[in-house]
Formats: sequence, structure tokens, C-alpha cells
Amino acid sequence: MIPEIGHFALIIGFSLSLILATVPAWGAWRRNSRAMALAPGLAVGMLVFVSISFICLCVAFLQDDFSVKVVASNSNSLLPPIYKFSAVWGNHEGSLLLWGLILSFWTAAVALFSSQLPLLMLSRVLSVMGGIAVGFLSFMLLTSNPFARLLPGTPADGNDLNPLLQDPGLIIHPPLLYMGYVGFSVAFAFAIAALLGGRLDASWARWSRPWTNVAWAFLTLGIMLGSWWAYYELGWGGWWFWDPVENASFMPWLAGTALIHSLAATEKRGLFKSWTVLLAIFAFSLSLLGTFLVRSGVLTSVHAFATDPARGLFILIFLAFVVGGSLTLYALRAPAVSSRVSFEWVSRESLILCNNVVFLVATLTVLFGTLFPLIMDALGAGKYSVGPPYFNAVFVPLMALLVPFMGLGPVSRWKRDSTRRWQSELAIPTVVALLCGLTLPLLNAQYNVWVALAVALSAWLLLGLLRDLWYRVRGAASVAAGLRRITPSYWGMFVAHLGFAACVTGVVATSQYNIEHDLKMSPGDTEVIAGYEFHFVELVPARGPNFVADEARFEVTRDGEMVAQLAPQKRRYLASGQVMTEAAIDDGLFRDLFVAMGEPIGQDGAWAMRLHYKPMVRWMWLGAIMMALGAFTTVLDKRYRRVRSAVSAPAGEALHGA
Amino acid sequence: MAPRLKLFLPLLIFVVMSIFLFRGLSLDPQALPSALIDQPLPEFSLPVLGQERLIQRQDIVGEAALLNVWATWCVSCRVEHPYLVQIGARGIPIYGINYKDEDAAAQRWLTDLGDPYRANIVDREGTLGLDLGVYGAPETYLVDANGVIRYRHVGVVDERVWQTILQPLYQQLIVEGVPEGVDG
Repeated sequence: MIPEIGHFALIIGFSLSLILATVPAWGAWRRNSRAMALAPGLAVGMLVFVSISFICLCVAFLQDDFSVKVVASNSNSLLPPIYKFSAVWGNHEGSLLLWGLILSFWTAAVALFSSQLPLLMLSRVLSVMGGIAVGFLSFMLLTSNPFARLLPGTPADGNDLNPLLQDPGLIIHPPLLYMGYVGFSVAFAFAIAALLGGRLDASWARWSRPWTNVAWAFLTLGIMLGSWWAYYELGWGGWWFWDPVENASFMPWLAGTALIHSLAATEKRGLFKSWTVLLAIFAFSLSLLGTFLVRSGVLTSVHAFATDPARGLFILIFLAFVVGGSLTLYALRAPAVSSRVSFEWVSRESLILCNNVVFLVATLTVLFGTLFPLIMDALGAGKYSVGPPYFNAVFVPLMALLVPFMGLGPVSRWKRDSTRRWQSELAIPTVVALLCGLTLPLLNAQYNVWVALAVALSAWLLLGLLRDLWYRVRGAASVAAGLRRITPSYWGMFVAHLGFAACVTGVVATSQYNIEHDLKMSPGDTEVIAGYEFHFVELVPARGPNFVADEARFEVTRDGEMVAQLAPQKRRYLASGQVMTEAAIDDGLFRDLFVAMGEPIGQDGAWAMRLHYKPMVRWMWLGAIMMALGAFTTVLDKRYRRVRSAVSAPAGEALHGA
Repeated sequence: MAPRLKLFLPLLIFVVMSIFLFRGLSLDPQALPSALIDQPLPEFSLPVLGQERLIQRQDIVGEAALLNVWATWCVSCRVEHPYLVQIGARGIPIYGINYKDEDAAAQRWLTDLGDPYRANIVDREGTLGLDLGVYGAPETYLVDANGVIRYRHVGVVDERVWQTILQPLYQQLIVEGVPEGVDG
């Protein structure tokens, strides 16, 4: 019964999205305010019914209703309840429903938090989002019904969730990622609404900026969690693989990063208008493209869901409609003449332009690398695979190119600056940064040029930011008063840029200084890595709710003092018989110690062991968290609330004028 | 170019991309290019992983066998590997093609995770992969006793793939039996 209620609620949600996509849009066209006023109610209604549907699927999973096909294929009665819950989105159908739920959530959020937005704009924005919902909900109802039953022929027990996915990180990774992906639909909808209205002024940038920052923050967290999960769950200490599906989440992030900076220029200076609109379309289009790649089976990947050409065709048609339609609209409506606002080469605008160019090139690089096998195949030029060497070779120099501009950005002034001022502002930071780069890597046993470069660039970023902060504070009566005067959006930028510096340092340090020993160890053996003594104490059997395991007990000491006790496991899951490596990690701000079990060797309890010493690997994820926190902080800015009400008046005139 | 026309550029690029994506839908990356179905395994002479000898085509022809393309940089291979160890333990002959990989990393992988392979062909430059039309790791080829490629599976070989696709085909090849003495 419950699955049928869920199915029915989904159909109602779909019907509401259909009305939302058409009636308010018609109202906006005919200037019918009654039709336009329906939009917020419809958006909230859609959220209610899609939520009911989602809750019904959760109940089916939690109650072990194996007559529902996705439950039977992805859950098991022995599965711990929390993983039964996360199994809801550990499959194609359920994750689509989650996507739909999050899209409804964003739509309703726009409806509820935009009371100051002119009705004309709001109804267009919500209609565009309703249109996207029509696409996804009909996709679900037509090709991927999560409530399909196995009647008759209900299995006694389920197939279990893939053990790789039975992990705390994977409980929240997909929801966060989808919050980001789908969140870009808001920026997209605002861009389309602005194009439809024919007025691309600074106000649409101001409205869509907070939404875009929040979406970007979620996407950052989602990608970070995915990388962290790969690090400890795949059992071999890697954290980024340039897998097509990883790339699918990374491309919207790169385009989104360009977008949030370009939006700043559009809001503050009325610049890059058509460009920003194009980036907003790009960011969301790449999210959709990611969905296509993951679910259509055109590329192979570890993340790929069960694929089906019919589904692929549906998404491709949807993609053609959404992206093709919006790009056509863009071509017809975007202002063709460059804006009258001018800026000089030495200015913050041109630095933002540098940021945009670097991120766009990076996006296209990743896009090209991801699609290259497909293109060559379609041209009949043979079958190819593109691996990490290509991506690293292009990506690392691009990011190295970015940081010098990043250091200048916050210090620089809009419109017109002078290189002489930059010199005087940044002379000390430059010298100190170079000194840091030269000396700090000496703390490690071996000196490394790449680490030196990364440290120097990060220090340059940090010191430039501090210099700018001091410059802002020094005019005030006291330091505290000066700090209080600084806006949340400045703090957001500050923290996010610091996060980026931390991320760069972490990536380079851990790549260069990582030490990895693979060896045969018996209980009683000791191995020394980077001054840490790893004692293999004993091997014991262990048992979990749905697996049995061999557990190796390790004690790690340094100079005779206990540092950590580590217990990696080799698990065998009962329902599927799959064997999984569960690494044990002692984390620290400056180093991670990582032990994973390989295979048993011989009969005497010896095992192949993998021991890692990974310096500063946490900095990467901490940096990502800082970037996300920074982006969240910007939204707290009072300016948005104040400015929103201030601009609603002229935008209201647009309603009559257009 | 007129300013308005320039704005159509993104649309144009997208249309071209969509055509490729559409082609991609009908091209199954899991399917063998028709040119290689029932064709003899290409000739090669490459080093054996961890040994100081070369391996040639004739060294692996003679009985039905699986040819598994893998690499340590390939995440899916990691997922697939335990199952290969299982079917390898049942006596199914599996040869590995260690594709565009580092020898040391590959050997560590095998000591860590178990070695289901009769031998591993080191295809560092991807030349054999190119001849085979390897799309990406992992891929698994079913080669009959005469050295003819009979089936290709792209992606992870797991219990389902083995039981529903590969094992029936493999059994059939066993029944077909001994080499005919004709090469290819």
C-alpha cells in the first residue's frame, strides 16, 4: 500500500510541476497577475507531494519491503538501519527521486524567500524550475519508477547494498552533491528569467548571487566528501581518480567557481553581463550532462548506475531541450554590444577575467578529456581511454597559474588600479612568501621544489589577504571596531580563499611527501616509516551486523610513546560474499597514518600489509570545508536583504516598461 | 563576425556535442567493434610482469581463456579483482593485460589483493590495447582454443556478469573442445 501512495504522490507532484511550468509562464507573458501569483503555492505543493513520495520509499526500505524492486535489489534484512536509509539513494531510481526532492526543495525555497522579488521575475524563475522538474519527474515515472513491485515473485531477502556504499560518508555525500548540482538550477532559472524579460541588469545578478554561493558551497562539500570516502573506503589511500563520474561533479564546480566570481563583477560593476548569463547556463548544463554521463552508459565508470539506452535517450532529449533551448534564447536575447562600463587592464575586473579564463579552460579541459573516448569512438577513429596523466598534466599548471592572480585579487581596486600601488601593497608579502617557500619545506627530511612552490604561493595568498584585512581595519578606532565593520561577504571571501590555499598546500605536500610501504607482515613484526614504528600485534576474527572479518591489531609508537592503535579489517559481506578492505587511519593535522590489509600469505598468519604516511592530507579537505563555509558566510550579508528591497523598485518599473 | 552571430557560437558547440552524445548512445562501449568479433587475437610480443621473458600470442592460445585488461589506476578494476580471484581459484585460465601501468605498482597490487592470473602481459604503451580496441579498463575478452576472440565485456566482471554471460559462453567453448590445429 505504502509504495502505491508514494507512486500516486509522485504523479501528483508531476502534475503540479506541469502546471507550474506552464500557467505562471503564460501569466508572465500575458501579464496576468492571478496566473503568476499561483507560482509560489504550486512550488510548495510540489515539495509536499514529492516529499511524501520520498518518505514512502524510505519506509519501504526501512520496513524491508522486498516486494518493491529497488528494495529487493539494494537492501537486505541484515543491513543496519542507517544504511537501509542511505540505500534509498544508493541506486538509480531512488537517487533520481532524491534529485527530484532536492529540486522541489530549491524551488519551494525560492518561492518562500523571495518576497521582495517582483512577481513577474519570480513567476518566470519558478516556471523555469517547474519545467526542469517536469523533465525529471516524467523521466522517473516513464523509465525509472522507484515503486515498481516484484509481484508475484517477492524474494525472501534482498541482494544487499553494495558494501562499498555501506559507509557513513556515503550517507550524506549524494544529498550534498545533489544540493549543489540542483542548486545551480536556481542561478540557471534566474538567468533564463532575465533573458526572457530582456533586462540583464545588475539586479538579477544580485538576486541570484546568494543562491549560487549556497549551491556552490554544497557542491564543494559533496565533492570533498566523495574524495574523503574514496580515500578511506577504497583502501589504497588515493583521493582523486579523474573517473568520468568524478569529472561529472567537478565540471559544474569549475564552471560554478567562474560563475560566482563573474556574478560579483556583474553585481558590483554591471560588467560581463552576457558572459555571466552564459556561465550560469553552463554550470547547470554541466550538472545535467553529468547526469547523462552517469545514467546513460555512454562511458564506463565505477560509479555508474545500471544503465539503459532508453534512459540515455530520454536524458539526451531533455538535455537538448534545456541546454539547446537556453542557448538559443541566449543567442537571441543576450545583449550583443559590449557594456558601456569600462575598466582598465590593471584593475580587479581584469583579475576576475583571469579567474574566469582559467576556470573555463579547466572546465573545457576536463570536459574534453571526459568526452574524448566517446568522440573518437563516434568518429570511428578507434577506442581510447584517457587517464590521470592527461588531467594532471593540464590541470596542475592551470592551478599554479591561478594563484598569483588570486593573491592580487582581494588587494586590487575596481575599475582602475596601478601597478605601483600593487608593488607597495604587496612588496612585503612577496618577500615573506618567497622566504616561507624557501624555508618551510626544510622542516621535512627532504627538500622538495614543488612543495616549496606550493608553500610560497599559499603564503602569498595568505599574506595578501592579511595585508588587505589590515588595510581595512587600520582606519577604525580600535582593531575590534575595525573587524566588526567588515561585512560577512568579505569574511566569506577571506575564508574561502584561505581554504583554497590550504587545499593547494595539502594536495602538493601529500602528493610529494607521501610514503608508502607494501610488505609482508606477521604478528609481532615491526616496520618503521618516517619515524613511526608500526607493530603488528595480533590477528583476530571480528564480526559485524552483516559481515565477518579478519582484523589486524596495530600499535603505532614514536620514540617509545604510544601514538595510535589501529585495527584495519578485511571484511566478507554475508549476503553478497563480497570482500572489502576497511583501512584504519590515525588522522592528524600534519600527518595521517594509514594501514590497510592486503591478502593473507601462507598459513602462518602473515598478511600483505600496506602502510602509508601521508603528510598534510587533511589540509585538502579542511581547505574544501573552509571554501564551503566561506561561501555560506557570504549569504549572511545584510546587504542582500537591504539591497534586495532597494532594487525591487526599479525592477518593478521593468514590469511595466517591458 | 557580426556581434549577434557570435552569440550563437555556444549553441553551435552544444549541437555538435549533442550529435556525438547521440552517437554515443547507439555505440555501446560494452560491445566489441564488429570488426573484431570472431577475429583472431592480434599478434604481440611483450614482457611478462615480474619476469625476464617475453610472451607471445602462441603462448596463451591452446585452451579457452579469459583475457582481462586491468591497471592499478583503474578504480573499477579494484572492485572487480576479488571476483577474478574467486573464479581464478576455480581453475579458469585468466591472462592479464596490465594496461598503461607501472610494473612496481602492478606487482604490489597482485601481492596485496591476490593473483588470479596465469601470466600478466605488460602493455606499458598500450599497443596491444590499441590492437584490441581497448576502450578503458577493465575489459575482459573471451578467447577460444584457436585464439579467436569470441566475446568482449567492458566493465566490471562480477557474479552476475560471470553467471549470466561469460560462464555459459565459456562452457560452450569447453564443449567445442581442443584446437583444430589451424591458427586463427
